[in-house]
Amino acid sequence: MTNTRAAKRKKKRLYLVLTSLTILALAIGLVLTALQDSISLFLDPTELKARNLPEGERVRLGGLVAVDSFQKDDNGLTYHFDITDGAETVSVTYTGSLPDLFREGQGVVVEGETRNVGPFVATEVLAKHDENYMPKEVVESLKERGVFRHAEDENI
Amino acid sequence: MHKFANPARFLRISKIITPWCFIITAVSLAVGLYWGLFVAPEDYQMGSAYRIIFVHVPSSYMSMFAYGFMAIASAVGIIWKHPLADQSARAAAPIGAVFTALALFTGSLWGKPMWGTYWIWDARLTSELVLLFLYFGYMGVWEAIEDRAKAARVAAIVALVGALNLPIIKFSVDWWNTLHQPASIMRSGGASIHPDMLYPLLICIFAFNLYFVTVVLWRIENLIVRRQIRGLQIRLAEERQENG
Repeated sequence: MTNTRAAKRKKKRLYLVLTSLTILALAIGLVLTALQDSISLFLDPTELKARNLPEGERVRLGGLVAVDSFQKDDNGLTYHFDITDGAETVSVTYTGSLPDLFREGQGVVVEGETRNVGPFVATEVLAKHDENYMPKEVVESLKERGVFRHAEDENI
Repeated sequence: MHKFANPARFLRISKIITPWCFIITAVSLAVGLYWGLFVAPEDYQMGSAYRIIFVHVPSSYMSMFAYGFMAIASAVGIIWKHPLADQSARAAAPIGAVFTALALFTGSLWGKPMWGTYWIWDARLTSELVLLFLYFGYMGVWEAIEDRAKAARVAAIVALVGALNLPIIKFSVDWWNTLHQPASIMRSGGASIHPDMLYPLLICIFAFNLYFVTVVLWRIENLIVRRQIRGLQIRLAEERQENG
């Protein structure tokens, strides 16, 4: 770095890169904030109710399958269950096959149309899995000691 | 930094390091995959299907690591004009692209049985797909522009602008509702993977990382030698002209 003119140019380029990236990051941040709603994959029951959407609107609804809400029709193909976020609950009906991870207490995302009367009619049911990975024995011993908590009880 | 920026010295050191990197990569990959796929216990929810994390997580992590490396090397190239920086960034791009493709592919295979779909346009999956296109764009610039110096500058700008996607990928699962799970390893409150599964996973991540180092070094060597050959060819042609 004996050549001070070269050093100055390098400094200038450094600042140019840093400022350009900062401005660009701010711009992207603004765009993403503005698009918040469309980037999010689903609404939770509270948001869905607050929206008051017109009948027939296609939306994705996400939450936990409420415990003791799961019912199967006699034909064995149509299912009824509630999706809850702790505060609000929405009844859902769905005809089709369910993913392996589907069970009560599990996070799910369903896609379908809003109804003014009757349950939400889902055309697709997807299961979420949480960030916890544990061997079966560990979960059983936690359950025996009564300290097992399904992570999704705390967050979703 | 300056010391290693000398291509001749780099070649000398790299030739000593790469065989060792390769051996350690092979050993740790074998250990990590065997431990993860055969020894580690089954997951309480997903059974053995979760074992795809031993490939999915390291490749996803490396897809971002490689891009980060590329962006930093590009910044060094554009600001300080180190001769090796642009070559390093260029060498990393295809490896990162392959990691990205592998992450998307393994995730898709895993998504079908667990979620119920191969693909969904949630923020995590979409931003990772954007990463793949950024790699393609970066590599495309090097192919499209003939003048090396100009290609290096344009490619570096692509790499730097694209780097803004990295925090979006990382935090997409926190900022928006996604089908993809939140972070399991780099999260506040420590990893949420049982140690019996976490240790083999960390070994796999280490192995993938070292694989990247090995192949990047090889590719930089290759690019340097190719440049030397081109230099020699030009000199040879000039001498022939003078003599003839």
